[in-house]
Amino acid sequence: MQREAAIREPLILGNKSYKDITDDVVGPIQGPAPIGWKIMITISAIIAVYGVGSILYLLGTGIGVWGLNKTVGWSWDITNFVWWVGIGHAGTLISAVLLLFRQKWRMAINRSAEAMTIFAVIMAATFPGIHMGRIWVSYWVLPLPNQFGSLWVNFNSPLLWDVFAISTYFSVSLVFWYIGLIPDFATIRDRMVKPLPKKIYGILAFGWSGRAKHWTRFEEVSLVLAGIATPLVFSVHSIVSMDFATSVIPGWHTTIFPPYFVSGAVFSGFAMVQTLLLIMRKGMKLENYIHVKHVEYMNIVIIVTGSIVGVAYLTELFISWYSGVEYESYAFINRFSGPYSWSYWIMMTCNVISPQLFWFKKIRRSLIATFILSIVVNIGMWFERYVIIVTSIHRDYNPSSWGEFHPSSMDVGIFIGTLGIFFTLFLGFARFFPVLALNELKTILKSSGEAYKKQHDNH
Amino acid sequence: MNKVFHVMYDDDDTLKGAASQLVAKGIRVKDVFSPFPIHGIDPIIGVKRTRLAIASFMYATTGTTLALLGMWYFMISDWPMNIGGKPSFSLIENLPAFIPVTFEFSVLCAAHGMAITYLLRNGTLPGMPATNPDPRTTDNMFVMEITTEDNHLAADELESFIKETPLVELSIKEYK
Repeated sequence: MQREAAIREPLILGNKSYKDITDDVVGPIQGPAPIGWKIMITISAIIAVYGVGSILYLLGTGIGVWGLNKTVGWSWDITNFVWWVGIGHAGTLISAVLLLFRQKWRMAINRSAEAMTIFAVIMAATFPGIHMGRIWVSYWVLPLPNQFGSLWVNFNSPLLWDVFAISTYFSVSLVFWYIGLIPDFATIRDRMVKPLPKKIYGILAFGWSGRAKHWTRFEEVSLVLAGIATPLVFSVHSIVSMDFATSVIPGWHTTIFPPYFVSGAVFSGFAMVQTLLLIMRKGMKLENYIHVKHVEYMNIVIIVTGSIVGVAYLTELFISWYSGVEYESYAFINRFSGPYSWSYWIMMTCNVISPQLFWFKKIRRSLIATFILSIVVNIGMWFERYVIIVTSIHRDYNPSSWGEFHPSSMDVGIFIGTLGIFFTLFLGFARFFPVLALNELKTILKSSGEAYKKQHDNH
Repeated sequence: MNKVFHVMYDDDDTLKGAASQLVAKGIRVKDVFSPFPIHGIDPIIGVKRTRLAIASFMYATTGTTLALLGMWYFMISDWPMNIGGKPSFSLIENLPAFIPVTFEFSVLCAAHGMAITYLLRNGTLPGMPATNPDPRTTDNMFVMEITTEDNHLAADELESFIKETPLVELSIKEYK
C-alpha cells in the first residue's frame, strides 16, 4: 500500500470510509434541491434568457447592433471569446497536467473544473459563431466540397486554425470528462431507488460494472488522454494568441503572445475554479474534501501564472521601446496614457499586483480573501483582452481613421447573458452530476485520508 | 451444472490478499468487481496489459496523414492561392502554416479513436445493462468471481478454500 509523509496535510479530512465518500456526493443528488440552489438557478436562468434574447435579436438584425465601427472592428465579441476560452484552460490543466504530475489534490476539484471547462468553451464558441452574422452558414468554416469551385477554406489562416483548435479542444475535453464520469454514474445508478432516475443514470452509466480489465483500460485511457490533452491545451491558447500575433497591427504583432496567453489563461481559469468551488463546497457541504490546503495549492498556481503574466506585460512594454519601431512604441505609450489608460491600469492592478498578495500565507489560506481576489483576477483578465484588442486598433496609421469604441446594450446583454448561461449550466451540473470524482477519491483515501494517516503514524 | 461464486470483501487490500491466497492454490479468479481500480490486482488474477495506447498511436498517425493529405489537396493541388505573394505552391513550402491543423487533427483522431475503441472493447455503451453481481460493488464492496468451469476443483472443494479467506458474504449461483 502506498504511504505518504506524515507532515503532508491530509487531503480528505475526518474519519471517512469508502461508503462515506459515496454518501457525501450522491446524497445531495438524491435529496430535494436546497433553497439556495433554487434561488441561484432562477437568477442565472433569467439572465440566461436575457442573453439568448439578445443573441436572437443580433442574429435577426445583424452584427451592426454591436458598438463596433470601421476602426474598432473587433471588441467585446473577441474579448469575451478569449476570456471564456482562457477560463476553460484551468479545467484541462487540473485534469491532464496535474494527472501527469501525479498531483493527488487534483482529485477533489477535477470533475467540477472540467465541467467548467466544457461550459466555458461552449460560451466561448458562441462568440465567433454569432460574430459570423449569418450563423446558418457557419458550416462554411469546414472544408466541405461545394458548388463555388470547390472553393476551400484557407488553411494558412490562424482563424481557421482556431476553428480546428477550439472544436478539438471542446470535443476532447468532453470525452475526457465523460469517460471519468461513467464509473461515477454507475455508482449513482446502483444507489438510486426511484425507477426513472435509476433508468436515466443507468443509460448514462453505459452499463459500467467495474470489472478488473475495465479498470485497467480506464486508467490507460485516462493517462493517454491526459498525455495528449496537455499539448492540446497549450496549443489551443497559442493558436488563439496567433489570431492577433500573426497580424501586422502594432501591439498585436509580438512573438511573446503564445506563452503569455497560455499562462494568462491558466491564471484566469484557476481564479474561476476558486470562485465556483468556494461556493460549491459550502453549498454542498464538501468542506472535508475541498479544504484550505486545496485552496492554497490553487493559489500557488495563481501566483506562478500571475507572475508570468506580469513579467510578460513588462517585457512587451520594454520591447516596444527597445525595438525602436515608433508605431509599436506609440501603441504601448497610448495604452498606459491614452483614452483607454483606465482599462490598462485596472488590468495592471488586478493581474500584476493582486496575485502577489498570495505570497502572504495568511491571505493564501484565507477563503474570503481568496474568493475576493479570484473575482478581482477575472475582472483583470477580462480587461487584459479588452486592452489588447481595443487599444491596439482604435488608433490607426492614419489619424483621420482614429476612433473609439462604446459598447451598445447588445454588447453588454450578450456578455452578461453568457455569464447567465454558464452559471445555469454549472448549477445544473452541481445538482445532477457527481461533483467529485468518486472513483479517484477512493483510491487516495488510504494514503491521504486524515484518519488513515493518523493510524499510520501510531504504528 | 456449473456454479459461480461471488465472494464479497469489504476492503481492497483484503481482496488482494485473498486473491493471492487462492491463486497460490491454483484457483483461477475469473473477474473482480470494484468501485475503483485496485492497483496490483492485474498480475495476481492474470489480466494482461491493455493495448489501447498502441491503438491510440495508430489513430494519431492516421489523423496526421489525413490532415496533411487533405491540406495538400485543398491548398496545393485543387485550388492554389496566392496569398500576399507568399510562396504557397508546394506542400513543403507551405508546411509551417499547416502544422497547427495537423497537430489538432492528430489529437482529435487519437482521442476519439481511443475513446470509441475503449467503449467498444469494454462493451460499455448507452443502454447496456449493468453486469455487476451486487449494487454495492460500485460503492464500498469488492467482489471476486470464481466459476467451477474455469477450475478443475469440485464445487465443494472450491467453496471450502474460498471460506478460508476473510470474506464478508458469499453467494453461490448455478448456471448452465
